[in-house]
Amino acid sequence: MSNLAKIERDPNYQELVRRRSSLGWLLSAIMLFIYFGFILLVAYAPKFLGIPLGGGVTTIGIPIGLSVIVLAFVLTGIYVRQANSSYDLLIRKIVEENRS
Amino acid sequence: MKRFAWLSVILLASVPTIALAAGAVEGGSKQAINWSAIGMFVGFVGLTLAITYWAAKRTASAADFYSAGGGITGFQNGLAIAGDYMSAASFLGISGLVYTSGYDGLIYSVGWLVGWPIVTFLIAEQLRNLGKFTFADVTSFRLGQTEIRILAACGSLVTVAFYLIAQMVGAGKLIQLLFGLDYWIAVVLVGGLMMIYVTFGGMKATTWVQIIKAVLLLAGATFMAGAVLYKFGFSPEALFTKATEVHPKKLAIMEPGSLISNPLSAISLGLALMFGTAGLPHILMRFFTVKDAQAARKSVFYATGFIGYFYILTFIIGFGAITLVSTDAMFLDGSILEKTKSGIAAIKGGSNMAAIHLANAVGGNLFLGFISAVAFATILAVVSGLALAGASSISHDLYGMVIKGGNANEQDEIRVSKIATLVLGVLAIFLGIVFENQNVAFMVGLAFAIAASCNFPVLVMSIFWKGLTTRGAVVGGFLGLVSAVVGVVLSPAVWEVTLGFAKGSAPIKLDNPALFSMAIAFAGIWLVSILDRSKRAAVDRDGFDAQYVRSQTGIGAASATAH
Repeated sequence: MSNLAKIERDPNYQELVRRRSSLGWLLSAIMLFIYFGFILLVAYAPKFLGIPLGGGVTTIGIPIGLSVIVLAFVLTGIYVRQANSSYDLLIRKIVEENRS
Repeated sequence: MKRFAWLSVILLASVPTIALAAGAVEGGSKQAINWSAIGMFVGFVGLTLAITYWAAKRTASAADFYSAGGGITGFQNGLAIAGDYMSAASFLGISGLVYTSGYDGLIYSVGWLVGWPIVTFLIAEQLRNLGKFTFADVTSFRLGQTEIRILAACGSLVTVAFYLIAQMVGAGKLIQLLFGLDYWIAVVLVGGLMMIYVTFGGMKATTWVQIIKAVLLLAGATFMAGAVLYKFGFSPEALFTKATEVHPKKLAIMEPGSLISNPLSAISLGLALMFGTAGLPHILMRFFTVKDAQAARKSVFYATGFIGYFYILTFIIGFGAITLVSTDAMFLDGSILEKTKSGIAAIKGGSNMAAIHLANAVGGNLFLGFISAVAFATILAVVSGLALAGASSISHDLYGMVIKGGNANEQDEIRVSKIATLVLGVLAIFLGIVFENQNVAFMVGLAFAIAASCNFPVLVMSIFWKGLTTRGAVVGGFLGLVSAVVGVVLSPAVWEVTLGFAKGSAPIKLDNPALFSMAIAFAGIWLVSILDRSKRAAVDRDGFDAQYVRSQTGIGAASATAH
């Protein structure tokens, strides 16, 4: 238990938790906002999604729908990049410092 | 090992003969026997059985059986997750939906993808750090083992059962059409192969079946979408122009149509798809096959990319089918005089066959055979993952942890899971045959609703909320489970279509119950937990800090065992 208290007091641990939680919840909120924004458009403004782009038959709904898919991937990428570059480093430090 | 070899030989040898016999007797509604499809399918089965043989020799411990010894890399696991998740229902179903309704198909594709980022941000790493074989390892980390394991097993088994029945019925129908096999033979074949993969090869064989299937499916879909775009000079605008010319609904296929009429229903379905993904036991189990949290995180990233790419392809494939299949009399079903609901010409085997016929249109008979074999491989990969998750829940959670109190002999536990796989396989075959002529479309939605309303709330609250108690999790979880099932039974899809009550008489107007069943689950968990003054509740809350440190840092996490 003393080891647990030691880790909890470790500034690296506190930084890890603070940064990971804030990014994780922020990105989750963005994803929810994007997806339910799309669903609400589909439900309440289908005609908006049917506006043609530049005189052709392709509607604005096509790039909007596809960009939800692409953004889901991009957001995942942002998290993974952040985690690979900084969280793993912090975790390694925490593990080394608290090896008993 | 000898038993395994014999089984494989018999199974392999019997495929063409059964096909021949079935085709000779019947015919009619079924397709003519497709030899190139059968050839490629036999090739796939032969390859996967060889892998199963290889895996069986390397599967000795419980860790090998449940989690492939933790020796799968992040990239491999990303492919395997994609292979586990991209079901024939989503491949054929979404392209078929695009074929009949255009844009509406894209709404489904989006819904099926958006759960993955949530899994990455909130669940994947924590799951790997806290668990070993099943997601119940995580939910029961600091809570009462017995109660939570039983809850998780109920949630898992009910989810797996509905998902499995839907897959079996779909498989039977599909194979009947593609290979000219009788329905029951197709169901027995799928169930039989699934039992062989899982009982002999465990997670190792299942993983490789899923990886091979993912590669084949991605390659096949890429070729098909590429061929469609090639015909239109790689201009999506030209493809859409032609599609709006030949589709009876004209420009209406380029915007949301009648699929989503009730906004609340749309939101409810969206919730089920998004959070259900994060509660599917066979998907969650995949995170234990990699060596650490870092690899788990990478694997979801790859999986999200593969799945997103695949859904974009299915959209192109659906539009390709509108332009190339609906205009070619060879693919149309002349015996059906009235058209489909949207007005587009009915195709042989129903609109779910749109992608299959398109394969023929762009690549001829040989490519048709390839895509048919891939569709079969897809079903096998998904049902194997489901069976393994169900069996693990029985052997690890119920037998190992509840009945034996965590002191089960490893070999006994593996034996129980093999027996459980056989029981599940036989049950799946039986239910697949029973439900042959039932409308099972609601079952996948139900599986997602249960995963979102029982497994997901308990999992996410156990990881993040210190105040969660055993009593709160059990009460809230079961409330979510029950309200999801009741909500589906009282919904129009089951009340009016399956049970045959008058149209408009369904007590609940939502097609998917997630909106209220998730709310009930979270509210139940929260309320019962804060009111819980029991001794156990104090232990539950005290355990949180240690769990949280481990979930964040991985210190003390189950390590990879085999290489």
